[in-house]
Amino acid sequence: MALFEARNIHKRFGSRVVLENISLAFEEGQISGIMGPNGAGKSTCFHVLTGQHKPDRGEVLFDGQRISGLPPQRIARMGVSRSFQLMNLFDDTVVIENVMLALPAFRERRLKAMSAVFSDTALIDRALVVLDQVGLAVRAWDAAASLSYGDRRALEIAVALAAEPRILFLDEPTSGLGAEATRRLALLVRRLRERYTIVMIEHDMRFLFELADRISVIHWGQVIAEGTPAQLGDNKWVRRSALAEATHA
Amino acid sequence: MISLSDIPARPSAWITPPMIALALLLLAAPDLLPAIGLYQYLGIEIAIWIGFALGFNLLFGYTGLHSFGHGAYLGIGAYAFGLFQHHVAVSLWGGLLAAVLAAGIAGALVGAFLSHRRGIYYALLTIGFGQIFWFLAMKLHRVTGGEDGLLGIPRPPLTLGPWQVSLTDNRALFYFAAALLMIVVVLCWRLANSPFGRVLQAIRQNETRARFVGYEVWRFKWAVFTLSTMIAGLAGSLLAMAQQSAYPDVMSLHQSGLIVMMVLVGGGLVSFWGPVLGVVFYFVARDVLGGLTETWLLWYGLIFMAMVMLRPEGLAGMLHDLLRRSRPRQPSAAPAPATEAV
Repeated sequence: MALFEARNIHKRFGSRVVLENISLAFEEGQISGIMGPNGAGKSTCFHVLTGQHKPDRGEVLFDGQRISGLPPQRIARMGVSRSFQLMNLFDDTVVIENVMLALPAFRERRLKAMSAVFSDTALIDRALVVLDQVGLAVRAWDAAASLSYGDRRALEIAVALAAEPRILFLDEPTSGLGAEATRRLALLVRRLRERYTIVMIEHDMRFLFELADRISVIHWGQVIAEGTPAQLGDNKWVRRSALAEATHA
Repeated sequence: MISLSDIPARPSAWITPPMIALALLLLAAPDLLPAIGLYQYLGIEIAIWIGFALGFNLLFGYTGLHSFGHGAYLGIGAYAFGLFQHHVAVSLWGGLLAAVLAAGIAGALVGAFLSHRRGIYYALLTIGFGQIFWFLAMKLHRVTGGEDGLLGIPRPPLTLGPWQVSLTDNRALFYFAAALLMIVVVLCWRLANSPFGRVLQAIRQNETRARFVGYEVWRFKWAVFTLSTMIAGLAGSLLAMAQQSAYPDVMSLHQSGLIVMMVLVGGGLVSFWGPVLGVVFYFVARDVLGGLTETWLLWYGLIFMAMVMLRPEGLAGMLHDLLRRSRPRQPSAAPAPATEAV
């Protein structure tokens, strides 16, 4: 059975149907990709899977348990972690605190009102390990707001990793990144695959085809194709947009 | 630039240099104030309002929850203290406890309605609830004395075991208020740098992200609101003792706006010590400007507007810049926690 599953998801906003009968399954230990054109419903789909929106119909199952309808903080505590496309960090503080706040060990201490966070070496060491995974350990004590765009993207992922998730959702991780930063991100994702189950929405087809084990193509709010990158290479729609991307580039 | 969320130089310290400075100032205040042409009673007012402001800033500055009805809880504390003396027993500790509990229960109830709201809706609800309490204080004439106030509140003596001190003298009451204030200062400081306090600050910085890393945000919002109303209640009980009466005017929208102004002018958005500076500035302005002109509030209002437009970091931000400029940059020997809060 798949680790994470969405069954017959419907979602509409007012009279606009955004998702129509979407079913997806993500296997443990794999990288699954979701692609599709702008406005196809990818982001909404992501929001439904991670709890920001409730589906109108259908259900989302994680490890056999129904999670659709639960608030995002409950879903997060069960081990579903996500990054955000528009970066969503704690910008008034240092890099390391962004990660510390997301550690389960920090959450366990959340009601301690008289102990000092920044002399808790266990928390700091744990956060440094996570930052090291994304190559940001040296910037740990810098202001989060001072990071470059690419580093902020890496910190986004570090915050998601800090929760020690069983499944990691990445929302357009390459969006806004240059070629060099994208290449570094690909290396990072490849390293992470050994330890995490990853689902990502991605615009950059080359990036997705290089990394994903399975890809689902969403268009007009439906899954129009599914398969390994090799299988999808023959898909009409994928070929057309790959061609479009190649001529754009 | 400084930020409320800067990491303190010695994060595990219970007592910091600014605290010692404040304690020394408080010790000297009863002699200092008359020496500079002011009067002792002013010290009591300032100590009470600093405590109120620090508790308020846990909510306003640290968590970014904008309450414009906090005067209500100061008033509830004052009435609870007075009613306890009138109807239960003349007891200092009993009165303080009653005040903290009454304000805390009111705060917990209101907080339950507020805590799922954000932004303007949150602010409007705090005004609405504040007005309800103010209206009740005005209209429940038989209990509160209405507009005439609740009069004849005694100052019960301070008893600690066999030891008893009269608080009828303003100097004695001042030192008692100052001692309670120092406890509030230390507790608020610890809280701000504890896991609980850092989650509050995370909520201010990014409520959505705080939810997505697994926090029940509304419970934190509820808890900090309730805590700040309890501190307001404590301040209110001291106010009742100072004035030996309780009036509805501290619960009005106008007075609730005052605490917001004090915190903003002082720099409560960027520094733990901002509310302290803001309260002192307000009362000194009231007495000094007020001695010069009847329209002093107009001038204070203009200062407030200039501050919000030109120096939103307030007095604390200005002081921070001043200290940094006067102090030569130290060679950066320490590797980690680099920033230092004022």
